Amino acid sequence: MRTPWVLAAAMAVGLSACATDTLSQDKADKPAATTASTASAHDQKPLPPGLDPTVDRDPFPSTYHPLPSHPTAIVGANILTATGVEIDGGVVVMVDGRIAAVGPAGAAVPAGAEVIDGKGRWVTPGVIDGHSHLGVYPSPSVPALSDGNEATDPNTAYVWAEHSVWPADPGFDRARAGGVTALQILPGSANLFGGRSVFLKNVPAITAQGMKFPGAPYGLKMACGENPKRVYGSKGRTPSTEMGNVAGYRRAWIDAADYTRRWDDYHAKIAKGEKADPPKRDLTLDTLMGVLKGEIRIQNHCYRAYEMATMIDISHEFGFHIAAFHHTSEGYKVAALLAKEGICMHTWADWAGFKMESLDGIEANAALSHRAGACVIIHSDDPIITQHLNQEAGIAMAAGNRIGLNITPAEAIAWITLNPAKAAGVADKTGSLEPGKMADVVLWSANPFSIYAKADKVFVDGALIYDRRDPRFQPRSDFELGQPGEGAFQ
Amino acid sequence: MSRALLLSLLLTAAPLAAAAETVAIVNARIETAGPAGEIASGGVLIRDGKIVAVGPAVVPPSGARVIDAHGQVLSPGVIAASTSLGVEEVEGVSSTHDEAAGPEIGAAFDIAYGVNPASTLIPIAREAGITRAIVTPVAGRGGGGDRDEEVDIAAQTAGGSEHKSPGASLFEGQAAAIRTASGDTDLVLKSRIGMVVDFGENGARIAGSRGAEVTLLKAAFDDARRFQKNRAVFDRGAEIPSHLTREDLEALIPVVEGRTPLLVRVHRAADIRLVLRLAREEKLKLILEGCEEGWMVGAELAAAGVPVLIDSEADLPESFETLGARLDNAARLQAAGVLMAIEGARDFNNVRQARFNAGTAVANGLSYPAALAAVTINPARIWGFADKAGSIEVGKDADLVLWSGDPFETSTYPVAVFVAGRQQPQDARILKLRDRYAKPADGYPPEYH
Repeated sequence: MRTPWVLAAAMAVGLSACATDTLSQDKADKPAATTASTASAHDQKPLPPGLDPTVDRDPFPSTYHPLPSHPTAIVGANILTATGVEIDGGVVVMVDGRIAAVGPAGAAVPAGAEVIDGKGRWVTPGVIDGHSHLGVYPSPSVPALSDGNEATDPNTAYVWAEHSVWPADPGFDRARAGGVTALQILPGSANLFGGRSVFLKNVPAITAQGMKFPGAPYGLKMACGENPKRVYGSKGRTPSTEMGNVAGYRRAWIDAADYTRRWDDYHAKIAKGEKADPPKRDLTLDTLMGVLKGEIRIQNHCYRAYEMATMIDISHEFGFHIAAFHHTSEGYKVAALLAKEGICMHTWADWAGFKMESLDGIEANAALSHRAGACVIIHSDDPIITQHLNQEAGIAMAAGNRIGLNITPAEAIAWITLNPAKAAGVADKTGSLEPGKMADVVLWSANPFSIYAKADKVFVDGALIYDRRDPRFQPRSDFELGQPGEGAFQ
Repeated sequence: MSRALLLSLLLTAAPLAAAAETVAIVNARIETAGPAGEIASGGVLIRDGKIVAVGPAVVPPSGARVIDAHGQVLSPGVIAASTSLGVEEVEGVSSTHDEAAGPEIGAAFDIAYGVNPASTLIPIAREAGITRAIVTPVAGRGGGGDRDEEVDIAAQTAGGSEHKSPGASLFEGQAAAIRTASGDTDLVLKSRIGMVVDFGENGARIAGSRGAEVTLLKAAFDDARRFQKNRAVFDRGAEIPSHLTREDLEALIPVVEGRTPLLVRVHRAADIRLVLRLAREEKLKLILEGCEEGWMVGAELAAAGVPVLIDSEADLPESFETLGARLDNAARLQAAGVLMAIEGARDFNNVRQARFNAGTAVANGLSYPAALAAVTINPARIWGFADKAGSIEVGKDADLVLWSGDPFETSTYPVAVFVAGRQQPQDARILKLRDRYAKPADGYPPEYH
């Protein structure tokens, strides 16, 4: 009985050590791990699975299943693959939920596939909103449903956004009509450590688990700047200043490193058959340990250049990687640094100036930073903007082209597709039109960057989940059913 | 309105400093938003701040500066129908807010006094083609951005909200019309052009409920009428049998006389009907703002001749009074014959979204000419200055924007902006920052650039 335990432990360590993007979702792993926890060294009592953070790192597993699909080909549309390629009048083929082929005009269409005439229209990967509070700050915006900020302690890394997601939020339906096929739902920015984010497929479901993107890693929301110090400073607590914020991060990472070492020691002893006392499990430190082991990705609300530079120094000090900054109104001031560090930056096209830390936001932020080599993302943070991310990207692209940066649609489409997939750690699965990837696809009525463009058809895993012309594919949330307007939208 | 009265109500802007030059813009696609409609290729002549000629064959007089538009689009300046432009610099910094009345005053609050011509948001508004704006007061609010979570945070960190007597606080105060000219010492074209009231959930928060607000409003209007007839009694210092101060009552007189419009922020269909009825009974001139469920009562709005200001992107049931919000609200209101203006969100610099929102309305069924009118001539009609602005017609102020393309498109930007015939500098702080950081590094920090 010891062999599988050691194997499982080794697998877990190996998984951590290689800094994989992905939590193990493979059900084949789980029985082994669970068996391992019940088996134990010598005379030691087995540790119940809930007390060892390495045993089941997916306690709320995805129950998502793709909706029914059939082989489909979109023929004759302009295709933006998000890999820098634009194909005029090409062919996209979806089979068994995957992209089967992307080719030029005349490319083969499998026999029996439904053919959609895309002439005059455009095809892109599904839009991914890298910063959403749908479900956690849903519509209607009433206190009973405002569950995005556990603003009771500066470090609430122990909360998980998925437990606040109200799947009936009509915002999911509106976003889908805007071509959004996946979203990162984040806790708010009241705290230094706001909690875990969750990555969702934008499909209607009764539970958050039913929307969870299989295999997507968790994120940890962190926040720089004004919000944490305002929330806690106003309560007479730390942090009340920027320097208080930084001290708060560093103290937490010291605790996390200590916790990680204690669990590693424990597992090493058990593996050698030695007696060992397990550390007490701590949900806050579990999440931070996940970051230190490269399993959980930092998603860091941070507007200003100097704050981003400080966060990068902290990441070096404690040995973790920041996946992405969010909002980054001053990204253009440190774009080269972000490029060098391999950190993505989420921003808006033109939202700025609403608070001191966003005062220097400029419309050319995305374009200038993109040209400096940074991984740029246009995000929403808003239930209206999420419906128009294609146009937001258009505004951001235009601001660059106004000063001669010559950003092409083939480049800019990645700002709302492949790049947010990279930041969320799912770029191997979705975000671009490449054979083998999930068939998350939008057919647009026009150039998607045009103010007049609308999503005509939206596919997730090859299944039609929205059709502007067919009410059967315009799902309406339980909340809106029987209410004035009945959630009707085009 | 008598000339004397008009003068007494006006805070006139300082005369334009420099005599405006004579300018001819030729070879433009002209979207006049006036009777001439679209002129596929033509010109406009500007002299002394006015449009003196427009048509397919405008010949520039000698001495005129000629701008060859090379087929670019010339439109009237965008008119922002309800904004905080000039009275709020940074939303998250409450010391920069001058858009709310405070506890001592209600109807009498005149927002015009707080308009700051040096606001950095005014050049940004010009970058969205905005040449005039209506500045409207709001109820006091917390700062910190407008996103849900930030509002949540603001609610958690704010102290107790201001309390004043319900009668006084029902009225947010009086709106002003401004223009976005650079260098003017006073941007206000006309103050006290409308009285503002929040109805529905916001109003009920102050009054206690919708029903309470109706009763309080009717009482306030009654008090204003009694005050008008019995000023002498009030002047003798006799007790004022009203929730309102003398100043608030004075400010309500033009409203109850139907001379100054009452801008009511109202959202659900039932509330719109209620406000229409109230206005009928009280003989008020109305403008409605919000109207997310306006499409449900389009015929009634049209029959009453009541205009609306809407955000054409609002399609979420964000509250229980906007359950019917939908993207084709603009198209349906237009079809019903309602006079409509489309606005950008009023928060911080989102005023610039007005032109994109017009495009979104077109994408959702509104005709292009109707969308253009909704951001130009319609707000001018609604606020009573269509004789001076809002369309490209001879005799009107030369408030014009030359665009690089279709004014509603994401890829378009303004090439030249004229306010009252003067070409405006395109010197917004955000453009200066852009240019500073777009420069290649030269060994010196950007502050040297």
